[in-house]
Amino acid sequence: MTATLTAPAPLVRNDPVAGTRTHASLTDGLRQTGAMAWRGLITMRRAPEQLFDVVVQPLLFTAMFAYIFGGAIAGDVAAYLPLLIPGILAQTALTACMATGVQLREDMDKGVMDRFTSLPIARWATVTGPMVADLVRYLVASVLTFTTGIAMGYRPAGGVGGVAASILLVIAAGWSMSWVFAWVGTIASSARGVQGISMMIMFPLTFLSNAFVPVDTLPGWLQAFVRFNPVSHVVTAVRDLANTGTVTSQVAIAVLGCAAVVAVFAPLTVHRFARRR
Amino acid sequence: MTTLLHDPPTRSTGTAPAVLVQDLVKNFGATRAVDHVNLEVTAGEIVGVLGPNGAGKTTTLRMLATLLSIDSGRAQIFGVDVAESPHVVRQLIGVTGQYASVDENLTATENLRLFGRLQGLSRHDARATATELLGRFGLEDAAGRPLRQFSGGMRRRLDLAASLISRPPLIFLDEPTTGLDPRTRGQMWDTIRTLVAEGATILLTTQYLDEADQLADRIAVIDHGRKVAEGTPDQLKAQVGSSTLILDLAEMDTEGRAAQIAGRVLGTTPFRSPEGRRLNVPVSDPGLVGDVLVALRQAAIEVTALQVTQPTLDEVFLALTGRDDEPATREEIR
Repeated sequence: MTATLTAPAPLVRNDPVAGTRTHASLTDGLRQTGAMAWRGLITMRRAPEQLFDVVVQPLLFTAMFAYIFGGAIAGDVAAYLPLLIPGILAQTALTACMATGVQLREDMDKGVMDRFTSLPIARWATVTGPMVADLVRYLVASVLTFTTGIAMGYRPAGGVGGVAASILLVIAAGWSMSWVFAWVGTIASSARGVQGISMMIMFPLTFLSNAFVPVDTLPGWLQAFVRFNPVSHVVTAVRDLANTGTVTSQVAIAVLGCAAVVAVFAPLTVHRFARRR
Repeated sequence: MTTLLHDPPTRSTGTAPAVLVQDLVKNFGATRAVDHVNLEVTAGEIVGVLGPNGAGKTTTLRMLATLLSIDSGRAQIFGVDVAESPHVVRQLIGVTGQYASVDENLTATENLRLFGRLQGLSRHDARATATELLGRFGLEDAAGRPLRQFSGGMRRRLDLAASLISRPPLIFLDEPTTGLDPRTRGQMWDTIRTLVAEGATILLTTQYLDEADQLADRIAVIDHGRKVAEGTPDQLKAQVGSSTLILDLAEMDTEGRAAQIAGRVLGTTPFRSPEGRRLNVPVSDPGLVGDVLVALRQAAIEVTALQVTQPTLDEVFLALTGRDDEPATREEIR
C-alpha cells in the first residue's frame, strides 16, 4: 500500500542554515538577469502594444519630419534624409528607454516585486533583466527607422557594415540612457510621475541637439549646450558610421559618454532600488 | 561555488528556534505599527498571529521576510539575524503575500518556471518542479492559462506553490484565506496542514479566529502593534475563564426555577434566552455540572438536552482586546 502514497521530500532539514550563501555571486546575478529578461520577453509577446512606441514613432516621425523640414533645411527631402535618419534613430531610442523607468516603477508597485525581493537573488538582476529584454525594443526601433528611410530614398553610403555598426551604437546608447530613466523610476512615486519627469528630460535632450537641424543655424549660447549634449555626439557618430562607414573620434566620444552615464546612474539606480523602507 | 558555502558568523550554535523576535519596533512616520513585539517559533510548529486589520501583523511578517527594515529590536530566522544577513534569511523562507505575489502577465507554469530559474534550478528542473507543484495544488488544467482567468482560490494556491519551489524550512503566510469562499478556504487549510505534516514550520497571520483555532499550535494575539496575549488556543480560551453550560428545558414555565437552582449550585448568573426554554449558565468548575442536573431532577424539572461548550476565540479576542468592534471592519493600515 505504501507504494501508492506519494511521499514528497521532507521540508525539514537537520541544519537549515548549512550550505546557505552570504551573497549572490556575479554568475548567479547574470543567470538571474537572464531569467528576468525571459520574463520581459514573454510579457512583450503577451502585450505587443508595449512595442507601439518603437513601431509607430520611426514610421510616423521619419515621414513627417522629412516632408515638413526637408525642403526648408536641406533643400529637398532626399538631401535631408542622411541628416534626419540618425536623428530619428537617437530620438526613438531615447523614447524607447523612457519606458524602462515607467515599467520599473510599475513593477515596483506590483505584488510580484515582494516575491522577487524575498528571494535569495542579486538585487540588481531585477533591474538589469527587464533592461536586457528592452534591447529588443531598440533593435526594432533602429531597424524600422532605417527601413522607412531606405523606402523613402535614403541610401546610406556606409553600406551594410556602416548601418549595422550604427544600429549597434544606437542600441548601446539607448541601453545606457535607459539607466537615467530607470533611476527616475526609482525616485518618483508613481508611474505617471516617471512619465512626466522623463518627458522633461527627453524633449530638451533630443531637440536641443543636432538631431534635426545643423548646429550652426542655432544661436551661439545654444550651440554650447548642443555641442555638449551626449545625444549630439551619438547622432554625429551614427551619421559618420551610416553615411561614410568610418569610425571617427565622435564614435569614441559617444561610447565614452554612454559608459559615463552607466557608471553614474547604474549604481545610483541599484542603490535606490535595493533600499528597504 | 564551494567558496560561497559558509557558516554565517551570526549563526548561534545548537538548535536555534525557527523564528526569534525580540522587542521588534516599526514606525511609519508618527504611527508605531509594531510596538515591542516578542515572538518565538520552534521548528515544526505552526504559529498564528491573530489580530484585526491594521494591528501590525503584516508589518511584522514583512520585517521577518526582509521586505521592510527593522527600526529597533532583533529578529532571527534559525539563528540568522534578519538585518545582518538578509541574503541567508531569504534562502530559509518562503513568503506568500496577502495580495497576489505572482506575475499577472505570465501563465501559472511560466511563473513557477521563472521563480525556479531565479533560485538556481536548471531549465529542465525548473520545468519539472513547476509541473510537479501544479499537479500537487490541483492546477494542472489551468497551467497554461493567463492568470487573469484565475479565481481567487486558484491564485492563492499558485502563490503558495511559488513559495515552495526551493523547499524552504520556514513558510510565512500572510492572511492565506482572506477573501476566499468557505470551500476554497477549507482546501487551503488542508494544504497548509499537509505542509506541516511534511515538516515545514509555518508562521501565518489571520484575522479569522476560527482559522487560528483550526490551524495553529500556538496563537499570538496582536492589537495596535502590541502583543496582547499568547498561548495555545485552549490556553487562550482558559484565560478568558469559564466554559458555558447550555440547558434546554422541556417546559417553558420551569425556566425561572431552573435558573434559580443552576445559579445557586454554580454560583453564577444564568442567562435566559429569548425563546424561554434555554438557559446559558457560565461554569467556573465543570465538576459542578453534575450537581446542577441532580438538583434539577430533585425539583422535578425535565431537561431535554444539555451541552458544555468552551468559549469561542471571538469571545477570547473581545476579552483580551477589550473592544467590541468587529475585527474585520476596521480600515487597513499597512
